Amino acid sequence: MTLFFAVLFYLAFAVLVAGVGYKIYDFARTPAPLSIPTTPAPTTTSGMAFRMAREVVLFESLFKGNLWIWLFGWLFHMGLFLVLVRHLRYFINDIPAWLLFIQPFGKYAGFMMVAGLGGLWARRFLVERIRYISTPSDHLWLAMLLVIGITGLSMTFLMHTDIVAVKAFFLGLMVFDIQLLPAHPGLFIHLLLVALLMILFPFSKLLHAPGIFFSPTRNQVDNPRETRRLAPWAAQIEKN
Amino acid sequence: MAAPEFDVPKFREFPSVPAIVPGAMAHSKPYVANEKVQEGIGLPTKLDDDWQVTHDKVIGKFGELLGKYRSLKVFMDACVHCGACTDKCHYFIGTGDPKNMPVARQELMRSVYRRYFTVPGKLFPKLVGARDLTKEVLDEWFSYFWQCSECRRCSVFCPYGIDTAEVTMAARHILDSVGYGQKYSNEILGKVHKIGNNLGLPGPALENTLEGLEEDVKDDTGFDVKYPLDVQGAEVLLVTPSADFFAEPHIESLIGYGKVFHAAGISWTLSSYASEAGNFGLFNGDYAMMRKVAMRIREQALELGVKRIVVGECGHAWRVAYAFWNTLTGLGAGANDPFAVELQKQLDPRYKQPAHICEFTWDLIQQGRLKFDKEANDSRIITFHDSCNVARGSRMGDYAGGQFEIPRHIIKAVANKFVDMAPETIREATFCCGGGGGVLTDDLLELRVKGAFPRMEALQHVVEHDGVNFMATICAICKAQFSKVLPYYGFNMRLVGGVHQLVSTAIRLGDEQ
Repeated sequence: MTLFFAVLFYLAFAVLVAGVGYKIYDFARTPAPLSIPTTPAPTTTSGMAFRMAREVVLFESLFKGNLWIWLFGWLFHMGLFLVLVRHLRYFINDIPAWLLFIQPFGKYAGFMMVAGLGGLWARRFLVERIRYISTPSDHLWLAMLLVIGITGLSMTFLMHTDIVAVKAFFLGLMVFDIQLLPAHPGLFIHLLLVALLMILFPFSKLLHAPGIFFSPTRNQVDNPRETRRLAPWAAQIEKN
Repeated sequence: MAAPEFDVPKFREFPSVPAIVPGAMAHSKPYVANEKVQEGIGLPTKLDDDWQVTHDKVIGKFGELLGKYRSLKVFMDACVHCGACTDKCHYFIGTGDPKNMPVARQELMRSVYRRYFTVPGKLFPKLVGARDLTKEVLDEWFSYFWQCSECRRCSVFCPYGIDTAEVTMAARHILDSVGYGQKYSNEILGKVHKIGNNLGLPGPALENTLEGLEEDVKDDTGFDVKYPLDVQGAEVLLVTPSADFFAEPHIESLIGYGKVFHAAGISWTLSSYASEAGNFGLFNGDYAMMRKVAMRIREQALELGVKRIVVGECGHAWRVAYAFWNTLTGLGAGANDPFAVELQKQLDPRYKQPAHICEFTWDLIQQGRLKFDKEANDSRIITFHDSCNVARGSRMGDYAGGQFEIPRHIIKAVANKFVDMAPETIREATFCCGGGGGVLTDDLLELRVKGAFPRMEALQHVVEHDGVNFMATICAICKAQFSKVLPYYGFNMRLVGGVHQLVSTAIRLGDEQ
């Protein structure tokens, strides 16, 4: 099993980095030929950065749009964020003080994450409109993230695994020195699904994470009368 | 043409999200452009007899647009089906058809995107909601992408800023490119190319109309207010929607613009060659077409040697002018390429180029150069309908949100009684009139009437509680649409009018005589 997971995580990491890297490159190279911020929009670059920060951290537009989705979505994402930060301890030998500090928050953030996911999934069944637009993969994503969250929580609070060995495994992976991974069913499911998530990320709706930074309606400064933008293909039309 | 039969939505005591009614609007589709119409604007005249050829052309064009528009590419990938947009579209609220939920409208296209452009869609189409492009799918595009007014309301509430208007534009562009155009919009584009305006009003007729207008205003006010046409060396070129030249209530605002210029003593002109501010190229998502329409204004500005360009009351025209003219035709500021500089060095840098007529008028009011008898508007209790393209696709003044404040400032400067509609139905959350984006045609009357429902409901409230009897707006399409649909909801069609209609009523044209 150790070897299987070692190979799997090398593969997953490669696919994630290459796949998301390619997508970011693809978004970045595609021109935005016209000024289309959803107005009212900031008229300065710093204003735009602030707007983007509010979107990414607070989900401002979603807040305006639907309070329930905002609540569950924000709980899930913020919980996930704290949990991910806490997981850094498995990849860093000398734990810095700030990481120690957030340790307890990260532990309980797992409940936030699972609660948020549960709420989001319930809406896919209970709200007619959202049921209508849900695809099988929408359900599978939620199921997968929930199982990841629940197995993680169960290892934290119920059926502990040898986290010192887990840490040694991942530290070893990073220097191509493969260490034994403890045999623990919860851990196996947890890691398997995390690796699967990493592999599917670049091909899925999880691309909303890099996508939002490239969304022209949010990342453009509202200054079209002062600044002329011209995409290369549009400049070509001008020459004709 | 026999009017299609349909029920007008009933006002509700407690507005709530409607239950979904699958297929409620599946029958809605506009007339398909015939070969002559398509030919008139240089598009393929009809679908290929061989479906495979059309299929390949659609996918080819789709791929091309994905490479040209970051908006389309990101929007195809980023949606997570969260559902925040599902109750935001006026067409969904008015019809209950789930395919009028913005996300579902996008899915019509995204499902094809997944099938042909993503790995999971190629391998597991059912799992991710991907589907093959068939003639039925294309027909569905034609139906539902002509049930979107590109008003961008959904984009306000999307956590990723996904703008269905961008998706609709791409779909229509693809449909056009395979010979599946919409008659109304493409006919209008043909008229602009041929004659210079959407209504096909030729120069001599325009001249006649304006002369008549001068006489009317003289009779009415005793002042020689001019409505000049093709005047070389005028300070301002006014570009306005051609409906302003003869439609009611549009013409009342045109009269108002003339009075503002007269009272301020600023020389101005209209142009017979560039006699249209509207730009239906926007609705079809065709950059080259949009540019071609906009180029007429650049050419006239250069030819007449004007210093300022002002745009009349028209929603999508103002979006194109404000946000796109600098890019399309160099009409703006800040460029350093010869094409744009040629025009920009002619324009007066002290003013925003182009300027909205409301910015123009408000500047003059602030400078104290216009005087009003506000009491002249006392018979009116006024509300303001924010037009979607102005609200969410443009700006006025030099601060975010000026497009909401400036028209309201003007109304309050020229009239005593103003009341806003419910906050969730105005400003950035404003509801489209139901006729925007190229659906202002009688073959889509059911859609238009039902799409106006949320606005009508908000209006009903202020009519009942505040006695509102005048809904001011700054869009030719809004004015035409409301004139048509207000009676369906039991209102007088004359309830709608322009902001400059109010200005026109109250402005002092000279010293008391």
